[in-house]
Amino acid sequence: MSAPIISLESLAKTTSSGQLLTSAKSGGCASSSCGLSSRPTHMDSATWEKIKDHPCFSEEAHHYFARMHVAVAPACNIQCNYCNRKYDCSNESRPGVVSEKLTPDQALRKVIAVANELPQLSVLGIAGPGDACYDWEKTRATFERVAREIPDIKLCISTNGLALPEHVDQLAELNISHVTITINMVDPAVGEKIYPWIFYRHRRYTGMDAAKILHERQMLGLEMLSERGILTKINSVMIPGVNDQHLIEVNKWVKERGAFLHNVMPLISDPAHGTCFGLTGQRGPNALELKALQDRLEGGAKLMRHCRQCRADAVGLLGTDRGQEFTLDHIPPELGYNSGKRRAYREVVARILDDHLAAKNQAMTTLASMSTRGSLQVAVATKGGGRINEHFGHAKEFQVYEASLTGIKFVGHRKIEPYCRGGWGEEGTLGGIIAALEGIDVVLCAKIGNCPKKQLMEAGIRATEAFGYDYIEAAISALYAAEHGIDPSQATA
Amino acid sequence: MAFKIIASQCTQCGACEFECPSDAIELKGEKYVIDPDKCTECEGVYEAQQCASVCPMPKTCVPA
Ligand code: SF4
Ligand code: SF4
Ligand code: SF4
Repeated sequence: MSAPIISLESLAKTTSSGQLLTSAKSGGCASSSCGLSSRPTHMDSATWEKIKDHPCFSEEAHHYFARMHVAVAPACNIQCNYCNRKYDCSNESRPGVVSEKLTPDQALRKVIAVANELPQLSVLGIAGPGDACYDWEKTRATFERVAREIPDIKLCISTNGLALPEHVDQLAELNISHVTITINMVDPAVGEKIYPWIFYRHRRYTGMDAAKILHERQMLGLEMLSERGILTKINSVMIPGVNDQHLIEVNKWVKERGAFLHNVMPLISDPAHGTCFGLTGQRGPNALELKALQDRLEGGAKLMRHCRQCRADAVGLLGTDRGQEFTLDHIPPELGYNSGKRRAYREVVARILDDHLAAKNQAMTTLASMSTRGSLQVAVATKGGGRINEHFGHAKEFQVYEASLTGIKFVGHRKIEPYCRGGWGEEGTLGGIIAALEGIDVVLCAKIGNCPKKQLMEAGIRATEAFGYDYIEAAISALYAAEHGIDPSQATA
Repeated sequence: MAFKIIASQCTQCGACEFECPSDAIELKGEKYVIDPDKCTECEGVYEAQQCASVCPMPKTCVPA
């Protein structure tokens, strides 16, 4: 496999669309599968069309495409024990920071500003704080305006499901292609412990009644979306001792009703956030507990493992948040959309994706042809494009992959405090990074200094820059082969 | 009789505004306020005051 020379990173940074097109053209096409719109082998082409540039619905796309959320719909019709509305919805966003609430007009301005600046932008979502289906008028007004200006942007909403059924037809009319429903239970007895009340048909319900209504509306909404071919993702918050075991049942129910993806997220419950769970001392799961549950769910509805529990106003590739650069005070009052940059970027990515998928498929074939046992846990520092292209010291997270005979699987990410801030390594942070890397065998990065490398080694973690700028899967398969003393060129059939 | 909003506790989510059957709630500057002349306490329309039933903050929409 040969890699195209153009760097996506430089593409995303260029300022004029003319420049972009030139670099796009000079890249040429080095892929053998060029011309075909290649897609992962396990997927039909209609589905692939829907998700190929949606970073949350497609693991492949999340290396290339960015999403943004606008917080236009702050009203909510239920109360969750993991949410403190005084601050933020901790379900669809990180808690503790009040999001900038926007009117539909302000949201439009912000979307245009981001689209002009960030060619990776492909998805606009409304994901709290509040419920996008309940606070419907603002959701609708925002989507209508944005779709008029930027017709090719994908529209996406998150909802708790209570007000979903009565809006499904309008969602379809608005061309909303992706819906996320937060479903934490299918048994009202479990639901009772998560939802203190709901507001439904002009009444507040509590206890079992509330949980029962919520459950019925969620299932109905999901079925209605599936009937209309709208892709659904189910978010579940894993709450140890409350619904952790129960989520296996939830996974079955949602799969039966056509859910496309299931995303299990860890409960965030810091007492400082003032949520009910935070105050009662309900703990969240650790990374290994979360992974163990996700592994048990494998084989049910397809799992999403690359969720970053992003903020309700997050902007950028998953794992990065550039929201602060696009607050209203940074945006001029009058702004026109310039489509050039996004168009050029998409053309290039279409070509690079072919090459990346070919590399990935080859890596899988190599692995499948080996006859060794054992798995390898690899943490990768990347800033997108599917490559190992981030310096160890600059990484804000590692993406974790598991290599075994069954293939290379993305299993999640580990957030860290970057080791170097402003160019100097800080002794203090390495301890935290080592703790976050529990269970990891090898760290792959574009560059790493001798000192942190040595310290990692002492903690039993190998780190190497040997595969810098390679595709992640290709590097991991080569690494796996080397670990088991196999020459990968021989192993490939 | 009328209801009022304790401004210091309000999250400004706006749910009460669109649930109020009497159109009595409005955002004035930075605060949601209930117009006591318009508020009917939802009498005869709903069994419970809508603002108080939907408000996520306990004891924020209360009798004036
Ligand atoms: S659905 Fe979201 S905004 Fe509403 S209470 Fe639950 S977590 Fe908070
Ligand atoms: S009590 Fe009823 S009428 Fe009065 S402000 Fe609240 S919702 Fe409106
Ligand atoms: S529902 Fe409660 S929190 Fe929301 S705006 Fe009205 S008074 Fe404020």
